[in-house]
Amino acid sequence: MTLWESVAGTAAARGGALIGSARAVPLASLACASCLGGRLDALRGRTVVVAIRDQLTAAIALLELDGVARRMVVCTPDLAPEHLPHVARSAQADTWLGDSSSGAPPAGAGLDFALEADPAPEPGTVERRASCETEWVLLTSGTTGAPKLVAHTLRSLSSAFAGQPQEEGAVPVWSTFYDIRRYGGIQIYLRALHAGSLVLSSAGEATTDFLARAAAAGVTHISGTPSHWRKALMSGAAQRFSPAYVRLSGEIADQGILDALRAAFPRAVVAHAYASTEAGVGFEVRDGSAGFPATLAGKSDGGVEIDVSRGTLRIRSPGNAAAYLGADAPALRDPEGFVDLGDRLELRDGRYYFVGRSGGIINVGGLKVHPEEVEAVINSHPLVRMSLVRSRRNPITGAIVAADVVLTDADGTGPEQGVGERIREEILAACRTTLAAHKVPAVIRFVPSLEMSASGKLVRPRA
Amino acid sequence: MAVRSTITTLFQEVAREQQRQLAPLTDDLKLLQCGLDSLSFALIVARLEDALGYDPFDTAESFPVTFGDFVKLYEARAA
Repeated sequence: MTLWESVAGTAAARGGALIGSARAVPLASLACASCLGGRLDALRGRTVVVAIRDQLTAAIALLELDGVARRMVVCTPDLAPEHLPHVARSAQADTWLGDSSSGAPPAGAGLDFALEADPAPEPGTVERRASCETEWVLLTSGTTGAPKLVAHTLRSLSSAFAGQPQEEGAVPVWSTFYDIRRYGGIQIYLRALHAGSLVLSSAGEATTDFLARAAAAGVTHISGTPSHWRKALMSGAAQRFSPAYVRLSGEIADQGILDALRAAFPRAVVAHAYASTEAGVGFEVRDGSAGFPATLAGKSDGGVEIDVSRGTLRIRSPGNAAAYLGADAPALRDPEGFVDLGDRLELRDGRYYFVGRSGGIINVGGLKVHPEEVEAVINSHPLVRMSLVRSRRNPITGAIVAADVVLTDADGTGPEQGVGERIREEILAACRTTLAAHKVPAVIRFVPSLEMSASGKLVRPRA
Repeated sequence: MAVRSTITTLFQEVAREQQRQLAPLTDDLKLLQCGLDSLSFALIVARLEDALGYDPFDTAESFPVTFGDFVKLYEARAA
């Protein structure tokens, strides 16, 4: 069943809508209206780079293209233009679907057909005929800064909730702090389309305004990262909002944020979920405590297998992505068919707790930072011999980037005061020029040496 | 007073670094309306931990909403 077929029988029939900051589109209206201006059939069987900037327009386009396009590549709104040729080629894309603010399609990337979506769906006859199972390709950050392409289907993306009975009573209104083009957002988009309405966040909108809009729209279910929620609590606007269900995902939910949310929303179920673009949704924990009960390891009802025998969380499930796309793409699953992203676990009193990523990936407010990418910039300074970028715990964004730097003339005493300050400023200036703000080290420390393994590699901290 | 001035200096330092316009830091100023984003607050809290030697958020019962709440959170631990 395509997404439209599912929506027509559920959310559209129940009066659901897609609600943006400036306008709303009733789902039922899409039975005879389209953002693609009568050109839907021209996209049949094509591989489409969906580069639409406007989130509401993109939400409609994805709904329209499922079952029509062979493959659609869901570009995140912050995707840097220089990565577009890599994305288009890796997906073997032939078609560009943008809007008035997405710029021109990249030249020389094999895109031979370009369309501009209309922000307002135009009424007209639309034949919503399915001709294939569309591949949904999501982007996630990679080691070098270029995104990785992760192939899903509507079935794998919906596996965490497909087949669940509709809740009785009032039609749920979902919302999320995430953009729907990230995995955490697309989960809420699909859940909403399965059940009721969706209130979209808006880039640049103040947290207070977004929460006021969500409250006014009667949002009952809402999700975000722990960092989104800390910001919401700091805004003071949470007091005027009373959802029935509050969900955290995308970062480790610590006990502090869970307790703070329970105090702020005494009537809500506060749930934290483990999910990733590659592994899909592993599980949801509703008991109000950080970590997850050891009894979750093994096979659950939904066909999700959780393995902890190697010290990291491994997931084999119908929600797993199919593969990474592109030349030289690594295997997504291990030989036993599990997805292992290196999330390390510690068992304490019958519960598993997350204690960081092997490989050192840092999660700053839900945004991944690969240490190697930051180290490459630091190491380009002529007076730097080597550096180690690591995670430092932070109560606002969960973690921040910290760097240990060895200078070329290191004699164990560190640079003189003035010299050190100058080098620190130069390193930071280089980082600010080439890296996104969350990747720039918050703290730089000069150290006499860094530990190396027998194979000559930097020893990365285990947590 | 020392804690307050350390906090004020760090707000100004981080605002300059992140190229953000900082509103006048009065006690009733809402933190989310002071001109800084989450990342800026993360930097301030990390540097305050280095400067003062503690992170009051680890035992805080609620999140500060105004600049005055924020200062109080740190002053309470210093006392």
